[in-house]
Amino acid sequence: MRHFIAAALAAGSLLVASQAFAADYKIMAPAAPGGGWDQTARTMQAALQDEKISPSVQVINVPGAGGTIGLAQFVNQSSGDADALIVGGYVMVGAILTNGSPVTLDQVTPIARLTGEFEAIVVPANSDIKDMAGLVAKLKENPGGVSWGGGSAGGTDHITAGLVAKAVGVDPTKVNYIAFSGGGEALAAILGGQVTVGISGYSEFSAQIAAGQLRLLGISSDEKVAGIEGPTFKEGGVDVAIQNWRMVAAAPGISDEQKAAISADVEKMVKSESWKKAVADKGWADTYLAGDEFAAQLKEDTAATESILKDIGLVK
Amino acid sequence: MNTFELLGQGLLTALQWSNLLYALIGVTLGTAVGVLPGIGPALTVALLLPVTYRLDPAGSLIMFAGIYYGGMYGGSTTSILLNTPGESASIVTALEGNKMARQGRGGPALATAAIGSFIAGLVATLGLAFIAPWVVQFALSFGPSEYFALMLLAFMTVSAAFGESTLRGLTALFIGLALGLIGIDQLTGQTRLAMGTPNLFDGISVTTLAVALFAIGETIAVVASRTSMDEKVEAVKGSVWMTKEDWRRSWKSWLRGTAIGFPIGAMPAGGADVSSFLSYSAEKQFSKHPEEFGKGAIEGVAGPEAANNASAAGTLVPLLTLGLPTTATAAIMLAGFQQFGLQPGPLLFVSNATLVWGLIASLLVANFMLLVLNLPLIGLWVRLLTIPRPWLYAGILTFATLGTIGASASTFMVGPLPTSFELGLLLLFGVLGYMLRRFGYPIAPVVVGLILGPMAERSLRQALQISQGDPTVLVHSWISIVLILLAFAAVLVPMILRARGKGQMLAAMAGDED
Repeated sequence: MRHFIAAALAAGSLLVASQAFAADYKIMAPAAPGGGWDQTARTMQAALQDEKISPSVQVINVPGAGGTIGLAQFVNQSSGDADALIVGGYVMVGAILTNGSPVTLDQVTPIARLTGEFEAIVVPANSDIKDMAGLVAKLKENPGGVSWGGGSAGGTDHITAGLVAKAVGVDPTKVNYIAFSGGGEALAAILGGQVTVGISGYSEFSAQIAAGQLRLLGISSDEKVAGIEGPTFKEGGVDVAIQNWRMVAAAPGISDEQKAAISADVEKMVKSESWKKAVADKGWADTYLAGDEFAAQLKEDTAATESILKDIGLVK
Repeated sequence: MNTFELLGQGLLTALQWSNLLYALIGVTLGTAVGVLPGIGPALTVALLLPVTYRLDPAGSLIMFAGIYYGGMYGGSTTSILLNTPGESASIVTALEGNKMARQGRGGPALATAAIGSFIAGLVATLGLAFIAPWVVQFALSFGPSEYFALMLLAFMTVSAAFGESTLRGLTALFIGLALGLIGIDQLTGQTRLAMGTPNLFDGISVTTLAVALFAIGETIAVVASRTSMDEKVEAVKGSVWMTKEDWRRSWKSWLRGTAIGFPIGAMPAGGADVSSFLSYSAEKQFSKHPEEFGKGAIEGVAGPEAANNASAAGTLVPLLTLGLPTTATAAIMLAGFQQFGLQPGPLLFVSNATLVWGLIASLLVANFMLLVLNLPLIGLWVRLLTIPRPWLYAGILTFATLGTIGASASTFMVGPLPTSFELGLLLLFGVLGYMLRRFGYPIAPVVVGLILGPMAERSLRQALQISQGDPTVLVHSWISIVLILLAFAAVLVPMILRARGKGQMLAAMAGDED
């Protein structure tokens, strides 16, 4: 069997060598199979191969600690490797700060922001909170009396709750944020009326909003998003805009030519039909942003996140 | 259209040749990954997602469902025959099942697991079809305080059910609880007891601990003991099939397991492992032969196996009715739905009725297929026991190691060699498993502590946080009150029995169970 695999691999690599000089990308998903980063990596894999941008793409999962374990391994083992890519996202920015991670996103070569998801604040249909103003009034009256159900502490949901409180002049340390483990637990607590409001990515709630079980109080986008009925936070009088983005980055220590080649491949992928279709099917928003603009945005996000995490009291 | 017509139509969808083929591939794959320690159904479904997006939605969802059911079933085979549970849900199966196998009753143990899984799967799938909306209402009424009461009940019954000495059982449980504290605290985001090691930030994985304590610990124990290498294991004593007595003792356990497993599976923080622990404790309470527990009681296999399969169906209740994934596998199946542009949720039953009923019907088909595939194989499986032990344990060690490396790809360099942190943990806990065996401590409570400890802590803190520190929230609903009363009864009743001089029987029924 081993010989067979070796032979097959050899045959495969010969085949690849005969094609153009396209890169065989290795994409690291710093999370377990099934999560958002893993799906992003696997969608990239399918699109890059289907569009013949890269003949063979491999996805490697290295889960743990909000992506920082994968990031550390990537920085340490892939330096200078122009075929190595890593998927990451906004959650990583927070995780690096709260975990005191020895490696940071400064040590990779950011290529592009690929997709984003906006945060939504919801209440059960039978709640007496009707809109954002109602929530703000309750929050000002008794900050601890409003329990927020969302994902893990220090994650995007928690950060957004802190930003909302800060924006309306409520002490962010008083926010009564109840962290649930990912997936359905927070949603169950919201539907079951265990918490006052729910806060999470819009897609987590979209089906329940459509069915009338949850009321959407606001969405964290700058402007109205097509297909989402409901006001933005800003329209509701809360000056907060945030998106939970996902990105792709290359290894540290690559040359400018190599970086340009990877950026071109990624751009070609993002503009392809198969990528667009997959993004639409999964309900992601295409918030592609590349080059220096993305690098600048990344810096800005990191600084803003650090300051709000300090305000909430999660980072000293 | 009424439910029966819809289900009938679903059966027509599921019985198409191509869909039957997908179901067959699914259950075969699922059984295979369930058998391998460390590789679970969640990982398999995730890896297959990109492959299946070219198939039609019905076919691939049917295949996923087959993997899910197959995985729940496959875990029991290695638990019973080799004392190495492949999944956390089949840990309790190993307790009685392996004892039975060593007495040459591996056949009946496998059979009661297979038939129990089938019946539980059948009843629970019908439950999914007919009473899902009510079950989900019940499950949603569980908030943090109700979960805490449920965890309290699980702790009390489980610690009372394990081990010959309460002190040893509790010691093992507390080792598990301490291990459960390691990692990032979910409610504050701060790390605890990780000693600055990023690999420990997510805590100790249940699979790694279970595989290490059971498989590696057992292997070291066999190697360390001079006699056990030559010990002759009789593969089959008596009949391979279940006797009349076995049937009589099993059927009630199957139904009780189903009744426990289905609603707990539907709860967002429930799951197959919790329901199998509770079922085991319940069986011990209800059994007419409590003295056999720890020595190979068939009820201890029948109940938990039914419970873990019923809870697999229970998981689909919130997924299909609310779009709420309650396990890793369900979360990935949700991703599978989305890949076809379907949004599971309250509207799925209306907007995609054919698909949903096809899925429910194919669960029935997959369930039947598992029974047909596995019953004839039992005779073959039990022959595993006749493999010379050095070979057998070498094989177990290989699979345990491969599974662990496969599940966590994180590596770092030690000199020129890439090393897996998880592998280090596996070996470390393997040694712990050996020490526990050597000094007569039960193994299972350690894993139980690791699973239930963090859940209990989290529920308690969430409940108190929501009530802003008011402890009466813990008894604010009748569900919590009933569960807490049951928990106290579980501790007090054995004490009263003991005081009345029945202590000997209790000690006997506790037995050693690793």
